[in-house]
Amino acid sequence: MDHFLHLLSSGLARGAVFAVFALALVLIWRAARIVNFAQGAMAAATTYLAFAVTTATGSYWLGLGAAVLGGAALGFAVERGVMRHVAGRSPLNSVIVALGVVMVLQAVLGIAFGNDYKPMAVPFSMEPLWVAGTPLLSPYDLYVLGAVAVLLVGFGLLFTRTSVGLRMRAAAFAPETSRLLGVPVSRMLTLGWTLSAAVGALAAVLVIPTELGLNPHATDTLFVYAFTVAIVGGLDSPVGAALGGLAVGVLLSMVTGYLGSTLAPIAVLALLVVVLIARPSGIFSARQARQA
Amino acid sequence: MSADVPLHARRPRWRPGPAMRRLGLTVAGLALAIGATFALEPYRAYQVAVVAAYLCATAGLTLLVGRGGQLSLGHAALMAAGAYGFGLSSNALSAGGAAGAVRLVVPLAVGVLAAAALGALLGAAGARLRGPYLAGLTLAVVVAVPAITSTFSKALGGDRGLWIEIERRPDALRPWVGAEQWQAWVAIVAAALVLLVLGNLASGSAGRQIAAVRDDEAAARLAGIDVTRVKVVSFTLSAAAAGLGGAVLAYVTQIANPGAYSLVFSLFLVVAVVIGGLGSLAGAFWGALLLVALPEATSSIAETLPVSPALAQRLEGNLALLVFGLLLIVLMIAAPRGIHGALARARGALRRRWRARGPAPAPAPVPESAAARAPTTG
Amino acid sequence: MTAPTAAPGSGRSGGGRTGGGQPLLDVAGLTAGYGASPVLRDVTLQVPPGDIVAVVGANGAGKTTLLRALSGLVRPTAGTALLDGQDLLAAPVEHRVRAGLAHVPEGHGVIVELTVDENLRLGGLWRASGRDLRAAVDEVYALFEPLARRAASPGHQLSGGERQMLAVGRALVARPRLLLLDEPSLGLAPRVVADIMTMLRRLCDERGLTILLVEQNVRSALSVADHGVVLHLGQVVATRPARSLLHDDALRHAYLGF
Repeated sequence: MDHFLHLLSSGLARGAVFAVFALALVLIWRAARIVNFAQGAMAAATTYLAFAVTTATGSYWLGLGAAVLGGAALGFAVERGVMRHVAGRSPLNSVIVALGVVMVLQAVLGIAFGNDYKPMAVPFSMEPLWVAGTPLLSPYDLYVLGAVAVLLVGFGLLFTRTSVGLRMRAAAFAPETSRLLGVPVSRMLTLGWTLSAAVGALAAVLVIPTELGLNPHATDTLFVYAFTVAIVGGLDSPVGAALGGLAVGVLLSMVTGYLGSTLAPIAVLALLVVVLIARPSGIFSARQARQA
Repeated sequence: MSADVPLHARRPRWRPGPAMRRLGLTVAGLALAIGATFALEPYRAYQVAVVAAYLCATAGLTLLVGRGGQLSLGHAALMAAGAYGFGLSSNALSAGGAAGAVRLVVPLAVGVLAAAALGALLGAAGARLRGPYLAGLTLAVVVAVPAITSTFSKALGGDRGLWIEIERRPDALRPWVGAEQWQAWVAIVAAALVLLVLGNLASGSAGRQIAAVRDDEAAARLAGIDVTRVKVVSFTLSAAAAGLGGAVLAYVTQIANPGAYSLVFSLFLVVAVVIGGLGSLAGAFWGALLLVALPEATSSIAETLPVSPALAQRLEGNLALLVFGLLLIVLMIAAPRGIHGALARARGALRRRWRARGPAPAPAPVPESAAARAPTTG
Repeated sequence: MTAPTAAPGSGRSGGGRTGGGQPLLDVAGLTAGYGASPVLRDVTLQVPPGDIVAVVGANGAGKTTLLRALSGLVRPTAGTALLDGQDLLAAPVEHRVRAGLAHVPEGHGVIVELTVDENLRLGGLWRASGRDLRAAVDEVYALFEPLARRAASPGHQLSGGERQMLAVGRALVARPRLLLLDEPSLGLAPRVVADIMTMLRRLCDERGLTILLVEQNVRSALSVADHGVVLHLGQVVATRPARSLLHDDALRHAYLGF
């Protein structure tokens, strides 16, 4: 029972990060109606940036800040430099182009840093705290949950209370009408990518030190997890992404805890297959966005 | 020919039908390739074998993506299924004392079936999905390959891989044909078989149905096409071809290991078919060739660069990835139809110019054949 | 749907019905289309300030394309359009609303995922001043009382007539000089259509708003319009005072199908 509680609570912490990463996917899906297959690799690049800055300055927080800002810049660059030029053609084109971006990023990271695993410093201990004789969350887990909560609240406010948020939502829901109303739709799209990449960067910096380890291909699995979360929750539902993230996090934690970590990708794959066969539109999605 | 074409226009000649032409071309190519192996040193023969093995996979993938509009990022996993299927059955037969052609043909068939089974499963799961979702599913599959081989490491050999007992070249040929050359022959025959089967399928009614489903599913359904069946069947066939490629690769390298069938390799396969031209079998050949030639080129470049050995090693592993990625981005933006598409366009333009100058009254420009029209999937 | 409450006129009351003076919208030789074949051919028309001009014609005549060409969703291949003397076509789509042009697209274009208030605010976000925006939105609430009551409802909860009202209200938030309306009567009951037309006439009379109205429902449109323009296969075949158009049987039979 102790073990179960421990796994449950750390699963929730892990799931919170997956939820954030999935939210980044949801952001771009809503804005551009594409799945950003480059999300993982972009997040890997920014995590390396954090690593480099932390190594150079000795400060974890400077590294984190650099990652988020770098993520924003990278998102901007990828949208303006690459994705913009294949927009409007079939959705598969943007997937394939995104894969090109993945390859370039992973190659550059491999050349610059090597393909071996790099150690990442964390600001808080990863040892679980004992509450009433049961190991539960570690200080690091609490930090992660806190960061995710702040992020979610921030985004909620951004989208529902600000003009920018209103513009972004309008541009995502009805781009043509929005243009007629004076909304700079393509700028909103770029903004969406920028925010999404920054969010993805934060999520990766939070989760990579825990189990994935830092290497150019570390985020492949993270992307699969986030993709699964987005599918489970529905690609256009932020609430779905949040709940889906928690569900996947707990599932992975249980599988890892009871069956071993090597089984994790298999468990996620099984979940993905089950959801795709049973409820392709996701558990929370409002629209049948996915069916062919 | 229609009655209103003037008599002095082309006289009708007997022209073999497309199926016969394809068979003839394949047999000729086969003979040429087999003959050529006599002139190759062993390492080159090995490379020819690898190209042929890759060709099985790229042929299947290019038709699946180009004609069918289904993007698979998991073809490396399908090749892995073929490789492990081959390996396990070859080892089992060897342990059972079998020898001869059986020990070669049966494991190859098992590899094909294993991959086809996995392909059918994925195809069924993905049949109701739009492109990016299927891509994500296949991505999840290929990412899970190392996990699967680790979990069942006793049977599958884990990270190190599975060593395979293979059937070597027949004793009768030993004096004249080298080991690598024989392997190349096996690979070339496999590739020829794949090209023949897929080529016939693609140009027949099956190919038309696949294209119809890709272009407009609702319309295809109204026209009476069983959309799900078409999608599942095309994925399965593509998987079978990839499985044969993996099985052949396992035969040639005598090992099946997860490292060779990674996500990166799946992406390489995608690059190969995009560069060659989506939907084009000839393009699949160019792509497979590039998959072997480019890493070799970048390796030698990396070796000659005046950099530290540590950096050289990092370049060694990643330069090919970088070049492929850049090529993919540039091509998707600028020339989505790939090399073959560009060639077809040039050929079409030349043909029109020649016709306009010819003696006979210029007939209407020949519409590009379906093979040349590599659909950008959009 | 209740008739809009009359607001004290802001701006000019009554329009230049005699049509004298500089037209607010001056379109000359406009040609536009999708792909190879032009949908609009050499369209020339003027809209006097403070008037309602109804554009009518059979399906496919190019009415919607005309509005889309004016608002920039379709790029014309030839011709000019001047809004109060300024070149309208030079500005990108997002900037035309600043020039005083508001386009209510076919099917009203209400963003159903957003609330009524959010839709309205969207109409004027391009304004620098938040206070101006608030004032403009409040004005629309005063004009359209049902919208005020449902300010926090999401768009998908509104009826067809309410959505059309919202779409027009949203356009008004921009305080436009020229309002382009594409088939506001589409899918609405006759009673509701009559209310809308009355509202448009009021907006024109009491606020000096100039309206270019594309309509399938010829009678309703011509009954409130000052002028009528008949489009047929992308060309202007008649430009007349609305009343005369309404009573010209031959013309109506030929181009309007009744």
